[in-house]
Parts: sequence; C-alpha cells; structure tokens
Amino acid sequence: MTKEAIQLSLPGFDQDYAQWRADYTRQIGVDRHIVNRSGIEIQPLYTPRDWDGSRYEPDLGFPGQYPYTRGVYPTMHRGRTWSQRQLIGLGTPEDYNARVRQMLAAGATAISFLPCNSGFRGVDCDEVDPLLLGTCGTVSNTVDDMEVALDGVPLGEISTAMNDPSPFTLLAFTLGVAKRRGVAWERISGTSNQSDYLSHFIANHMFYRLSLPGSRRVLTDHVAFCLERLPNWNPVSVVGQHMQQAGATPAETVGFTFSTALQYAEDCVARGIDIDVLLRRFTFFFDISISFFEEIAKFRAARRIWARLARERLGAKNPGSWRFKFHGQTSGVDLTRQQPLNNIARVTTQAMAGILSGLQSMHTDAYDEAVATPTEETARIAVATQNILREEAHLCDVIDPLAGSYYVETLTDQMESEILAVIARIDAAGGMYKAAESGLVQSMIGDSALRYQDKIERGEEKVVGVNCYQLADEESAFRPTERPDPSRMKAHVARFKAFKESRSRGAVYRALAALARAAQDEKDNVFARVVEAAEAGVTHGEIVGCLRKELGFGRPLIVA
Amino acid sequence: MTAPRLDPPARVLVTKIGLDGHDRGSRIVAAFLRDAGMDVIYTPPWQSIAGVVKLAIEEDVDAIGVSSLATDHLIVPQLVERLREAGLGNIGVVVGGIVPADEQPALLRAGVSAIFGPGASRDEIVQHVAAIAARARAERDADLREVTS
Repeated sequence: MTKEAIQLSLPGFDQDYAQWRADYTRQIGVDRHIVNRSGIEIQPLYTPRDWDGSRYEPDLGFPGQYPYTRGVYPTMHRGRTWSQRQLIGLGTPEDYNARVRQMLAAGATAISFLPCNSGFRGVDCDEVDPLLLGTCGTVSNTVDDMEVALDGVPLGEISTAMNDPSPFTLLAFTLGVAKRRGVAWERISGTSNQSDYLSHFIANHMFYRLSLPGSRRVLTDHVAFCLERLPNWNPVSVVGQHMQQAGATPAETVGFTFSTALQYAEDCVARGIDIDVLLRRFTFFFDISISFFEEIAKFRAARRIWARLARERLGAKNPGSWRFKFHGQTSGVDLTRQQPLNNIARVTTQAMAGILSGLQSMHTDAYDEAVATPTEETARIAVATQNILREEAHLCDVIDPLAGSYYVETLTDQMESEILAVIARIDAAGGMYKAAESGLVQSMIGDSALRYQDKIERGEEKVVGVNCYQLADEESAFRPTERPDPSRMKAHVARFKAFKESRSRGAVYRALAALARAAQDEKDNVFARVVEAAEAGVTHGEIVGCLRKELGFGRPLIVA
Repeated sequence: MTAPRLDPPARVLVTKIGLDGHDRGSRIVAAFLRDAGMDVIYTPPWQSIAGVVKLAIEEDVDAIGVSSLATDHLIVPQLVERLREAGLGNIGVVVGGIVPADEQPALLRAGVSAIFGPGASRDEIVQHVAAIAARARAERDADLREVTS
C-alpha cells in the first residue's frame, strides 16, 4: 500500500474532508465555474481521493525510463539545461550575421534562421515589392547569401534550426557553405523546423509552398536523405505550435500533433525507412501558453502518450525512439499590444511552465512581438529571462518538481484522456492526411478559436489591459520600428541579380532538369537534387518554381 | 451608437495582400462580420493589389478589410491609391492586425479609415465596418442618382 493510500484509509480523512467541503461551500457563496482551455473543469481542491499514487510505476516511473512522464533523460535540467534558441531573422544576410553574433555573445547556445516572407512564398528577392523585403526574416536565396549570413558561426559545433518548409533550400544552402568550408556534413547538427507540412495546410498558411501530395513526397525524400547523410540532423519537427496559435486547445494541439507524427512515421516506413532510425531523430515543437498548470500537464501527458504510441503502436524497439523531445516557444498569442511591458511578465510565466515541464530547447518571445519584429534590446531581454529563471530562481535544481501534486497529476491524467480522444477521432477519419484533406481538423480548430475569442469578449477569460485593467495612453512605450536599410537592401538585390547573370547557365539548366526528372521519378530523391542544384548556383525561387511546376502549387484546402 | 443595417446587407471584402499567410485573424473577423448580418467575400492570403481591385469591382463591395500580421501593411497605401484610380475611392478600407504605432499615421493619411490591433473587440470592428460601409453605400447611391436623373 502506498503512503497516500494509507492516509486515505485513516479514519479522520472522510470526516475532515466533509468538514472542509461544508466550510468551503458556506464561505465561497456563488462558486465560479472554472474550465481550462482544453475544456476540463477545475476543482477548488485536489486530494489523495483524486490521485492516490497507486499507479506511480506504470504511469510515471523515473526520469529517463518508460513512459518518461517525469522526463526523457535521467538527469534532465540538473545535468544539461535546455538549448536557448531564439528565432532571428531580419534584413540582408549581413544584417542576420551581425544579429546572430550578438545573440551568441549574449548567451544563446543554438541558432535559428527565419527567412524573409518572400522566401516563405517561394520566390526570390528580385520578384517582390522591395518594401516587403527582409521585414520579417532574412533574405537568403543562394549558397552565397548563406555564406555571408553564417560568417563566423561555427557550423559543425553549433546547432542550427532552419525555419524553412519543403523543399528545404536553406538546409541545402547551409550544406553548400559547409562544403566550401570543409566542414563534414556528418557534423552538421540542427533541425528542419518547418518540415511539418500538414500543420501548414491545417493551421498556418504562411508556410506551404507545394501541393499537399507534393509536400508529402518531398518531406519523405528529405527524411531519407538526412537520415543517410546527416546523422546529427533532425529532419522532422512536428509542429503543434501552429495548431495552438490557430486556436486549437492545448489538448487538441497534442492530439493533432501526434496524429501528424503517426502519419509521417507511417509514410516513412512505407518508403522503407526503419522506424527506430526514424524516431530517434523526431522532434516536436510546441507553444507554451500562459495557462500555467494546463501547459505543464499537457507536456507531462504528452511524454507518456508518445512513449506508448511509439512503442506499442509503431513498434519501435529502441528506447531512444520512445522519447518525446520538444522545443517550446512562449506563445505570442497571449501577448498584448496594450501595456507592452506587461508581456515580460507573461513570457516569464510561460517560460516557467516550459521549464517545469522539462523541455529540451526554448525560445522566449520578446515583449514587442505583438506589434513588431523584435529589436536587439527586446530580444536580449527575452534571453535574459531564461538566464534569470535558470540561474537565479533555481528552477533546474529538481527534476519534474511538480510531480506528486494531487492537482498536477490529476490534470495530467485528464489531459491524457482528452488528447487520446482527439487521436481516436483523427484515426476514425482515416489518419491526419485524410483529416486535413477533408477539412475536419480545420473546422475543429476554427470552432475552438471562435469559442475562445467569445470567452474573451464575454470577459470570462481575462486579459490584463485588454478586457480589464485598461489604461488610457499606452502607445508611447515602443521605439520606432526597425526596418531594413533600403539602400543596403537595394544593393543586395543588385548583387543577387548580378550573381544570376554571372552563373554558368549550363550548370543551372542541368541541375533544374535533374530536379524536374527526380520529381517524376519515385525512385529518385528530390531533396538530393535540391542540394545539388543549390551547389550549382540555382536560386531558391528557381528551385521552388521548378518543383511547383512538377508537383503542384500549394493552395489553401479549405477557406473560411 | 449602432450603425444602420443596410438593405441589401453591406458587402465586405476580407482579404490579405502581399506575402503574409497568417490568416486566423482574417477568418475570425470574417465570421464576426458575417454573424452581424453582412455579406462577406473572403479571400485566402497573398492576393495581388490588382486582384483585390478587380474583386472589389466584380463583387460591388462597400468596404474592404485588409489583415496584415507580418508587415504587408506597408503596401496598403498602394492599394488605396489603385482603388482611387479605378474610381472606387469611396469604398472604405480598414486594416486589422499588427501595425506598429509609428507606422500607423502613414496608413491613416493614405485614406485607411481605422486600424484594429490585437485585442480590438468584436463590437468596435463590426460597428466601424458597418459605418464605413453605410457611408460608402450612400455616396455611391448619390453618384448613381446623379448619373441617372
């Protein structure tokens, strides 16, 4: 009998509990009905009656042990804290390089690369209105551009996350840079952060470039190439963040994300990839909202569910395949335009939830993200927030410190049930690919988004400065918005055009022809040809354009 | 004050121009306006300015809502200018999303009637769009009377 169960059997428990219940009811008057974002009703008190610890071994276990509820590694943050990876990208490759050097100096331990919106649309810098270039990400269309952007960055020693969807040209450019510098590809480490095309079609139309079947083909090829040639690269990052940002509840988010991961795993296995080779390099990317305990329960439940799915459903044999490793980003949706400095407190709270959940990598939002792309100073404060929580608040001293809380354990179990119900619903619809194609997931997310907005409008969910505690004049706290220097951007576009003129036309033509042939040949590997094309001087826009012609253009599946 | 409800209902184009694909906001606002009784013409992101002008003519809209979360607001003045050149200067144009405070005056000067940032309420948005649609409808009815009388 566990200690808790013994307490439960003590004669005084029932009597004392009944006494408390009576006192509570008398004093509270009209009690508030509290429901978390995932629809779970929250009680005023949790006791051993809710969670008695009798399932400790099967449901929790120990850190680094199946089912990993308490953490995926034996040492967790006590051994190695999370990677501090800030999303950056602005202006020209030179601008990116200056910023990345500052971030490394400020304590960032990994880097990320966010391309310009023109890149996300699959076009080059000479194809769009110059006003829109480099405003949200860095313009990088060739190996030459990437070489400038990564100047002085120790490739092969530092992990890089490329926020780049199919056909993953940024990774191709990076491999070109590595080759020029003589850095072996085996040493390149990092993640293809926007490889999850299903999430793009479902929840974030920012990122897709190719048709749904085209994206499926290129992702599978990308995975096969990376597993063979880049042993330290994570080719798949399944992105729950998009779904939660689009309005899915935290529980729905994990359900959709795992259904997506199951789809990718099945697609890769069908292509002949070994499940254990594949899952070892799976990573996940989630939003951390300000719904504090709900987020912690979400991630703890997610670890347990993924371990069981990987082992029991996908049949993975290697414990490394069962580990749910995730990057967390504090949620920008919770940030407000009003009273912007308040966002520092929000980000801190979100980051605490992420740390107490045992994440492996984190991006903390800058407080001005609700109105602008972060400035140098606001980005530095975001990194400092992580440093303070780690160094001053001692959040990393104890592994899974909230375990055993009657509330947290009960909520973890309840979140698990909600998540499993979502996965069952997607299974019934034929899996995630079909559920996205039919619009089922989009309508579920749309409904949840509207429901949450209604709660804010009705004042049931409070947002400080938005529907309560509003202040009159609050716009002045922002500095002038940083925009790329127009003359430098103009010079960059001119250099890009000159580069295109200077290339060997024959080499470009041959590389594009090989790419087009690969797209039509299921036995060839499209991503291998993308890498070759990049080395031959083919630009981002040309590569995407070629594949769009062969594999179809990405369009929203369901609108409104 | 409640803006007058038009008969037939106000016709509002909810769209995104430029490069940004974040469309949660535009979809939610489209639903707000539809629920308030307006006829909403919704487009996916990445519309060209010329395409929006063409759609505004074909769909005979009273107001256009442009959503911008990732700096596409920088080209909204070009849209307003093209609408004016096409003789659609009386169509109300409103922007929603993220527009830094220091970049808002340029939009308002260009003729955008209002900018709704994160946290704007359903009521403010619906009331404002109803008002600019009503004004546009009245102006166009007056123009029509002038030509036909």
